[in-house]
Amino acid sequence: MKLIFDRPSALTDKHTHYCPGCTHGIIHRLVAEAIDELEVREQAIGVASVGCSVLAYEYFNCDMQQAAHGRAPAVATGIKRVHPDKVVFTYQGDGDLASIGMAEIVHAAARGEKITTIFVNNTIYGMTGGQMAPTSLVGQKTTTSPYGRQAEHCGYPIRMSELLSTLQGAVSVARVSVHDVPHILKAKKAIKKAFETQLSGKGFSIVEVLSTCPTNWGKPPIEALKWLEENMIPYYPLGEFRSPEEVK
Amino acid sequence: MAKQLMKGNEAIGEAAIQAGCRYFFGYPITPQNEVPEYMSRRLPEVDGVFLQAESEVAAINMVYGAAGAGARVMTSSSSPGISLKQEGISYIAGSELPCLIINIIRGGPGLGGIQPAQSDYFQATKGGGHGDYNLFVFAPASVQEMVDLIMESFDIADYYRNPVMILGDGTLGQMMEPVEFKTPQKRDLPPKDWATTGCAGREPNIINSLSLVAENLEQHNHKLQKKYKHMKEHEQRWESYKTDDAELVMVAYGTTARIVKSVVNKLRDQGVKVGLIRPITIFPFPEKAFAELPSTVKAFLTVEMSAGQMVEDVRLAVNGKHPVHFCGRTGGIIPAPAEIIKVATEIMGGEAK
Repeated sequence: MKLIFDRPSALTDKHTHYCPGCTHGIIHRLVAEAIDELEVREQAIGVASVGCSVLAYEYFNCDMQQAAHGRAPAVATGIKRVHPDKVVFTYQGDGDLASIGMAEIVHAAARGEKITTIFVNNTIYGMTGGQMAPTSLVGQKTTTSPYGRQAEHCGYPIRMSELLSTLQGAVSVARVSVHDVPHILKAKKAIKKAFETQLSGKGFSIVEVLSTCPTNWGKPPIEALKWLEENMIPYYPLGEFRSPEEVK
Repeated sequence: MAKQLMKGNEAIGEAAIQAGCRYFFGYPITPQNEVPEYMSRRLPEVDGVFLQAESEVAAINMVYGAAGAGARVMTSSSSPGISLKQEGISYIAGSELPCLIINIIRGGPGLGGIQPAQSDYFQATKGGGHGDYNLFVFAPASVQEMVDLIMESFDIADYYRNPVMILGDGTLGQMMEPVEFKTPQKRDLPPKDWATTGCAGREPNIINSLSLVAENLEQHNHKLQKKYKHMKEHEQRWESYKTDDAELVMVAYGTTARIVKSVVNKLRDQGVKVGLIRPITIFPFPEKAFAELPSTVKAFLTVEMSAGQMVEDVRLAVNGKHPVHFCGRTGGIIPAPAEIIKVATEIMGGEAK
């Protein structure tokens, strides 16, 4: 029999705790495939953050550290400075990265820290039960914005990729989505490119992945994918904001 | 190596480097700025890394990452900055990572002042951050002692897989004294086979303080408590000075202990039987020092640059057998010998001369 589909070696065989229809599983797989294809699993050191992906250290089959809320880029900095020859990545959600961890991500990018950040943006705090995130869309109902996010009360969602792409040290910045197969393939390419940027030693790399949260959005998985496409992509345009080719 | 005249804060940096520390992450704050400045100059000379972080919060998390990656790593700060580091310190203690943290204390609370104080004793010795944990805490009283203890601290941190803190104050950091860098006695240290170095040829290593199953977390806490108990049994350090026939025993650490020592000498000249217990470890607190005291002792006087923090540990050690008095100054004021002599003399029922 011919093997046509298998688990990447960079994933463990543990069942994840993610809700049905959540796209974290797809994104984990894409990261693991990129690690496998670049043959760096044994050199990889990942940093799990606080949020739904807090248990990522159980799912990635490589050395892992679990970081305090928002601090993954600082932890990754410490690791990378000790082991500059290793491949260091963080896996963070939007509450972790764009709210409590804003300082750490901005400064890791500004320093051109040679790490890769996988930033999963689903516009909500998933683990704590669906509170408003800095990325929640205007009008979006969450448990702490029950009337819908009101811009006059709490401002506008932060576009992290655009913000970080103003920094010279951030040499690879891209936003992708995983709402259908063609986009998943593009996301895979971007993640691999981000790791390649790190291997080339040029600077900081980040991939923002638009993701769904069917449970806390209160939508069935397929509707959630549609909601992402129709509501998130217009506000969070996909594309490459910074590319190592621009960096001489 | 010959003695050289060095400022306390710079001696901290040199001692750490000589003890094998190659990574420093910190953020500027007075009165400890000479530590990062010295490290920024010296670490590149020994192929180490100095990195100025965006905040104390980031600095301590860089320490977490580097310690988890198996390095000898340190940070230094002063009181408000140490408060910011507490979350990270709790994670480091919970994940059982070795590192050195320097606190050159300034007066508080809040932004406080920039002059010397000992008002972070509770924070240093009772955990400081959230959860049941303890740091191993040294309280040196001279630049030489600070150097000696720092050179030992990295071995102690590795031995226990626990953060070590040096509790100094602005005086110790800012003053110059002759120092000699002596190679300390080495401890037998196990290899850091738990560190995240890339999993080639072995199963992945995980650095973590999360434990969602209550029974497992309690087991982990039992393990940590066993470690602290071992420290209490084997690591208490203190200096006893003229306590053999003492009726009044003064207790003081760090800079204050130097002043109290001269108070003891002055009172002895006047025929007053006083002595000094100077804790060198403040966690573990040297309660054994109190058990060894002669039966002549009638009372204790704790002297601190705080509103009264270590005095609580002294009361626990004395356990109600004798009265425990307190004399302290706060806000950055160093107690003068005369005011301590006055309090001591009153306790002894006499009049100050």
